[in-house]
Amino acid sequence: MDISFEDLNELQLDALKEIGNIGAGNAATALSKMVDRKVAMDVPRVKILPLKDVPSWLGGAEKEVLGVYLTMTGQITGHIFFVIDLDNALNMTQILMGEMAPDREKLLNLDEIATSAMNEIDNILSSSYLSALADFTGLSLNHSVPAMAIDMAGAIVDLVFIEISQHGDYAFLIETDFVEEERSITGYFMLIPDSGSLEIILQSIGAA
Amino acid sequence: MGRRFTVGMAEYRMSDNPHDTLCIPGLGSCVGICLYDNKKKFAGLVHILLLQAIPGQKNIFKFADTAIPALLEKMFQAGAGKGEVLAKISGGARMFSGTNSLFDIGKRNVEAVKHTLRSVRVPLRGEDTGGNRGRTITFFVGEGNVEIRTIGGEVRVI
Repeated sequence: MDISFEDLNELQLDALKEIGNIGAGNAATALSKMVDRKVAMDVPRVKILPLKDVPSWLGGAEKEVLGVYLTMTGQITGHIFFVIDLDNALNMTQILMGEMAPDREKLLNLDEIATSAMNEIDNILSSSYLSALADFTGLSLNHSVPAMAIDMAGAIVDLVFIEISQHGDYAFLIETDFVEEERSITGYFMLIPDSGSLEIILQSIGAA
Repeated sequence: MGRRFTVGMAEYRMSDNPHDTLCIPGLGSCVGICLYDNKKKFAGLVHILLLQAIPGQKNIFKFADTAIPALLEKMFQAGAGKGEVLAKISGGARMFSGTNSLFDIGKRNVEAVKHTLRSVRVPLRGEDTGGNRGRTITFFVGEGNVEIRTIGGEVRVI
């Protein structure tokens, strides 16, 4: 049997939400360590959305965003997308690098410093959510090298739609606000398991 | 008064109102195919995701090889002249750099679209494809022009 996100009951959704909470918590802790200052987070907002509604949830198909894409391998397979809008990405590099942070122009053109800074952040955030998923389920998981792009939200996410439009039509989304002093960053994390993998996740947490 | 229609993934739209525009905001590796009967000023736009129909999938407008003949047929039914329709295409970008073969899907989509256009004998009159930037395309029904915008780039018209 192949289950999809839209088939989940309340209990199963709560279990998945808990993974989102733990992942966001891990990410805030990792960011705090990295910048050596407190990074707090608000309670994440967790949603199941039809794929076609994802660009508007990200602020519109033409919204300038930074997207990081990785594939998940191991006992479950699938796709992971982390998206933040460009202004938030700039804030994030400023928190991380202070005066060394790249400006908007450099970030848009993915210059070397900007790329390495963002790669660092991507790695932290992706592994935070993935380790939450691995810890919570007891499954062993790996991920590919993250690939990054800065462009319109619709253009960046259509790649994943292409890949998964063969089976799933829904995505599991976690929206988290990270707060460092007066700066706030909203990050969108998307988990899109391949056919069959959602069932394995649910079985492993006893919610199948 | 003209309307602006947004064409989502695996959707199509037709219009013969010269004040209308058909558009796809944030087009990445997908391809937008603009079909146009210049005599009747009749336009159709379809937004495909993949090259080839997958057995069992119901939405024929998702795939290059089924979407183009289907849109063409709908345009003929609505009055477009056989032998009068031409095509302009855009999209098919490579949005991520890396070795994952999925990242080349845009290029393969464009090739599949061109192949299908040849097989249904619709001449390709304009193209803005490939590259590594997302596009917003706007198809002007009255003129048959397609305007392409990218972040930080100049506006192009095909």
